[in-house]
Amino acid sequence: MDFNKKYTPQTWPDHPEQVTLEGKNKFLGFWLFLGGETVLFASLFATYLALKNKGPSGMEFSTNTLFELPLVFIMTMILLTSSLTSVYAMYHMKNHNFRGMQTWLAITVLLGLAFLGLEIYEFNHYVHLGFHYGQSAFSSAFFTLVGTHGLHVVIGLGWIILLMLRNAKRGFSLYNAPKYYTASLYWHFIDVVWVFIFTVVYLMGVVG
Amino acid sequence: MDFFDRFAVPHPSFLIYASMVGIGLTMLAIVVGITYFKKWGYLWREWITTVDHKRIGIMYLLTALLMLFRGGVDGIMMRYQLSMPENTFLDSQHYNEVFTTHGIVMILFMAMPFIIFFFNFLVPLQIGARDVAFPRLNALSFWLFFMGMGLFNLSFIIGGSPDAGWTSYFPLAGNEFSTSVGTNYYMIAIQIAGIGTLMTGINFITTILKMRAPGMTLMKMPMFTWSAFIANVIIVFAFPVLTVLLAMGTMDRLFGTNFFTTDNGGMDMLWANLFWVWGHPEVYILILPAFGLYSEIIPTFARRNLYGYKSMVASMVVISVLSFVVWAHHFFTMGQGPFANSIFSITTMAIAIPTGVKIFNWLFTLWKGKIEFTTPMLYSVLFIPLFTLGGVTGVMLAMSAADYQYHNTMFLVAHFHNVIIPGVVYAMLAGMTFYWPKIFGFMLNERLGKWTAWLLTIGFVLAFIPMYITGLDGQARRMYTYSESTGFSLLNMVSFGGAAIMAIAFVLLVYNIYYSIRYSPRDIGNDPWDARSLEWSTHTPIPEYNFAITPQVASTQAFWDSKKNGHELFKGEIEKIHMPNNSGLPFIMSCMFFVFGFAMVFSIWPVVIVSLIGILACLVYRSFEQDHGRYISVEEIKETETRLRGAKK
Repeated sequence: MDFNKKYTPQTWPDHPEQVTLEGKNKFLGFWLFLGGETVLFASLFATYLALKNKGPSGMEFSTNTLFELPLVFIMTMILLTSSLTSVYAMYHMKNHNFRGMQTWLAITVLLGLAFLGLEIYEFNHYVHLGFHYGQSAFSSAFFTLVGTHGLHVVIGLGWIILLMLRNAKRGFSLYNAPKYYTASLYWHFIDVVWVFIFTVVYLMGVVG
Repeated sequence: MDFFDRFAVPHPSFLIYASMVGIGLTMLAIVVGITYFKKWGYLWREWITTVDHKRIGIMYLLTALLMLFRGGVDGIMMRYQLSMPENTFLDSQHYNEVFTTHGIVMILFMAMPFIIFFFNFLVPLQIGARDVAFPRLNALSFWLFFMGMGLFNLSFIIGGSPDAGWTSYFPLAGNEFSTSVGTNYYMIAIQIAGIGTLMTGINFITTILKMRAPGMTLMKMPMFTWSAFIANVIIVFAFPVLTVLLAMGTMDRLFGTNFFTTDNGGMDMLWANLFWVWGHPEVYILILPAFGLYSEIIPTFARRNLYGYKSMVASMVVISVLSFVVWAHHFFTMGQGPFANSIFSITTMAIAIPTGVKIFNWLFTLWKGKIEFTTPMLYSVLFIPLFTLGGVTGVMLAMSAADYQYHNTMFLVAHFHNVIIPGVVYAMLAGMTFYWPKIFGFMLNERLGKWTAWLLTIGFVLAFIPMYITGLDGQARRMYTYSESTGFSLLNMVSFGGAAIMAIAFVLLVYNIYYSIRYSPRDIGNDPWDARSLEWSTHTPIPEYNFAITPQVASTQAFWDSKKNGHELFKGEIEKIHMPNNSGLPFIMSCMFFVFGFAMVFSIWPVVIVSLIGILACLVYRSFEQDHGRYISVEEIKETETRLRGAKK
């Protein structure tokens, strides 16, 4: 298999991420990795639910007093949109439109950065209220769950930026197509996890 | 000097100082030896940078054997301490450290690498593949595991051993009660090794699902590959829990969070629950590949097909599912109430059913077989009754009402050693003896091997059966001494005698390896045991590409069919073979993990940050690197094949 072979839109395969054996392995292996990540977040969710609102007696912080839905709603919308833009990027990859893909990935990165900025603002706000990492069991569980998600966003952004830089001059090949594909899978996964965080932590915290 | 004070051992003894000197001298001897024989280049090119699954497997094997002896020394020290009432060989603190490291070393740094050695060495050969799905990730898995192991083993000479038990329950493992850095080592070293194991899991599931030889459907896979597949699925779904658990434990110890604390709303039982949500599947990760090995060895030496292939597979699947729903049986007495206890009792006892199916399948395989008592077969035949005994006492422990009597007594210690030693350790030794000729090109001496097996068994029975009795009489585990009036001393002395016999058996094993290296014949061919699956169909020594032509499979016993029933295994012409390149990156990255871990243990933040940047830089470098592997040409393959065939004559 010649990895550096140049393709045209006519010769470019329908599923470029799964043509080579390497690509097929990566595709399955990455899904398995996401399976493991699901268990990781499940453990964090379990911990959060066990420790929710638990703290020193008379603690002023609870999900009802702490969270403000409008900000979190905006964050959710931004991250959902970034998932959509990464779909556009993959659409352009399948059509062998390299510039289109890079552009949409750049937009995805910008949206991800916006999300991250808002999350840092939110955390900073809580810490200034006195709700810091070691304040209570509740704060430890909250920051660990949401912070682990935030760390995933950082890693995802770093990964996508690296891919864009590395391949900027090289264009598509069957070597990098699986890499783009798995990066976009990862980004979707981050989005799905956030949907659960939004529901379990914020919505059920304020409404439930 | 304040900076260096933290590295001192908080509770030293003569033995620890002697070990320091011993370790220092050994390291020096290794470095001088390698330099004197000018082997650094060889070591770097052929081993440290290798991505070959066979070589990575051998490195796992060496680590496992090393740790077997380290953990064994811990074990024998404990048995000696308890052999007499009011013994002063170890004080309470040292006893705590010894039972903690014994547990962790034996489970995580002996049994795990031993089974991963078998995954690495056997799975690609059994499915007719050239390597694993992600060879470089495989190297990274090994080196992360190795560095985690190394970091953990540093603990007792730098900064102090962990001493809160291998389960490290909070609040005992919290800063208040575990004041040395020992428990930091526990949290961080196991974390690093665990990340490596998780990657192994992903790697081998992908390998088994995507890289099987043509014709090998899932239900035609050799039984060991099936067991490896299921064990790796359990790894992928259990180890992330450990990752989270250890991360939270680290946070509690280093950053003052309140997950498991007793004030500020923390919940110490959360640790116990999450630990066993990982910990129980973990023991099935160990035992299922052991079952797989027995399922390879027993048919080979009974000269019959494995009885009940489909029920073997089904029972392993059932065990893997049940393994995730029994965790609370480790703490029946810790207050979840009769309703929850009843449910976990029933799920636990249910595991006896699929395990019983497997026992009967092995017995039916033996039935009317032409049994040949080689060393591996001897281990397998000894395994069946001893493991059944361990299983039966397991069902006793599963009864939650009765467990209030057994909980935290030597009865429990007897039970889990009774399943792990005849179950896992016998399988590892049997498998090692069985595959030794394929790995190294000569057989281990059979006579010495059988002596080892019998001595080990006699030692095992003497060491552990008395514990059932003292346990029922109320001797608690993890107690460093007892008084004369308890009446435990005779049986504990018998236990020590048994442990000493086991130690002799392991020394005999080492002697056997030495003896066989010197005297064993080398012209044993490719298939000395007249075995049944694909790994025996290639040359010994195995060429780096494993099979010159990809084998064609039509049954569960492909190689046997090719020998007895005229099935043609290798059809077609030799073509050029694509192989991965060696890489030093996994090793370098793992070294940075080691530095990172060490700095975390002692909270040296500048080093933590620098090593973290180093780890990220390795990732970035990998991302920018262009490495498509290389091809082995047809001429080169033909030359190798002729040479290997010629060597046999």
